[in-house]
Amino acid sequence: MKYVDEYRDPRLAERLVEKLHKMVTRPWTVMEVCGGQTHTLVRSGIDRMIPPDLRLVHGPGCPVCVTPLEMIDRALVIAARPEVTFCSFGDMLRVPGTARDLLSVRASGGDVRIVYSPLDAVTLAQKNPKREVVFFAVGFETTAPATALALIQARRLGLRNLSILAAHVLVLPAMEMVVTAPGNRVQGFLAAGHVCAVMGYEAHHEFAARHRVPIVLTGFEPVDLLEGLLMLSTQMEQGRHEAENQYARSVSESGNRHAQQVIAEVYEICDRPWRGLGVLPHSGLRLRKEYHDMDAERRFASNTFASVEPRECRSGEILIGLLRPDRCEAFGTRCTPEQPLGAPMVSSEGACAAYWKYGRAQRRV
Amino acid sequence: MCLGIPGRIVERCATDGASLAAGFVEFEGLRRRVCLELVPNAQTGDYVIVHAGIAISQINADEAARLLGYLRAIGEDDLAQEITP
Repeated sequence: MKYVDEYRDPRLAERLVEKLHKMVTRPWTVMEVCGGQTHTLVRSGIDRMIPPDLRLVHGPGCPVCVTPLEMIDRALVIAARPEVTFCSFGDMLRVPGTARDLLSVRASGGDVRIVYSPLDAVTLAQKNPKREVVFFAVGFETTAPATALALIQARRLGLRNLSILAAHVLVLPAMEMVVTAPGNRVQGFLAAGHVCAVMGYEAHHEFAARHRVPIVLTGFEPVDLLEGLLMLSTQMEQGRHEAENQYARSVSESGNRHAQQVIAEVYEICDRPWRGLGVLPHSGLRLRKEYHDMDAERRFASNTFASVEPRECRSGEILIGLLRPDRCEAFGTRCTPEQPLGAPMVSSEGACAAYWKYGRAQRRV
Repeated sequence: MCLGIPGRIVERCATDGASLAAGFVEFEGLRRRVCLELVPNAQTGDYVIVHAGIAISQINADEAARLLGYLRAIGEDDLAQEITP
């Protein structure tokens, strides 16, 4: 497939690895923000090919992982209602709430469906006028235009039986939290390419200058990631701190204005709690007043649950790169994909899941 | 979650005012209906990045060619330097 195969070319990757070994002369710690990139780095073995002085830590770019427990518990209550058809991306189904997960709601008779697109939820609402269709809107700026379009479309069609549980989060406030956290070691960022495809990277210039930290917007294939690491290492070795664009085939400086418009039409920025990280200012999107009638949180108001985090889960430290998954005491023993303590062990973008799946840790029995 | 897959637009569907712009996009032999509302300038034959059923970005073929040209030249430059006395 064009725009995929060439970025998986092992000869190109080899040359970039060689270049990287020549470039890196001192110890550096860099963070790939996006959980999808974490998985590619570990799956393709890039973490083991790069110079030992270039240390990768894994970032908070896993929406499933950072969705607060209260939101998961709220989703579980709504999904269990008899009149509700609850739609979600597949990743959310195994995420542990306080007492159970969406999969177990389905097992006990709840109508919980995996959909590929929020627009599929619109179709479901159209075809099932007697059902209350609820879409669990998690994701970063990449996904927000899709859920916004679903609501715009539902409104155009006059559908009254569709609502969303809005849990969107924004990337830059999380990067801000990482660089300002006490004990932070991150000296450079690989920033998430698809978020920037939507939002552009004008704000990244200011961020890089203010925190004196280099940023390279990077694509998702192994060759993209290696080139991103090379560009980032070059900046660090030269003492520069700029926002550079490795992923220019999909990302422009100003991003996709049409996508930004639909986000702005439906959502407004709010403070939002992140699982394991606490409340981050201006870090989430909530529905604008004009869309409150499609807000599942309002439609199915409920305070009948009490959320309690498992004390042993250290996902907060994992998510900002302070703790490596395999250094967690519970990893592989009291926390496995079958019996997870936290979301990073079950999300396809979770760092713990990547370490488990690709054998990056001695599994303790 | 931010997974985006490149695919080629093989058909733009005719739409009325009430529905979102849509078309068919081909990925490795698989053909899917995709929302093209956010890439109004993309034509049949163009490549787009698709996320959750929505095209979020049109691939810039010139930028892609430029990067690949540069990457492919990396190894040859090094080779040339090693050969040059």
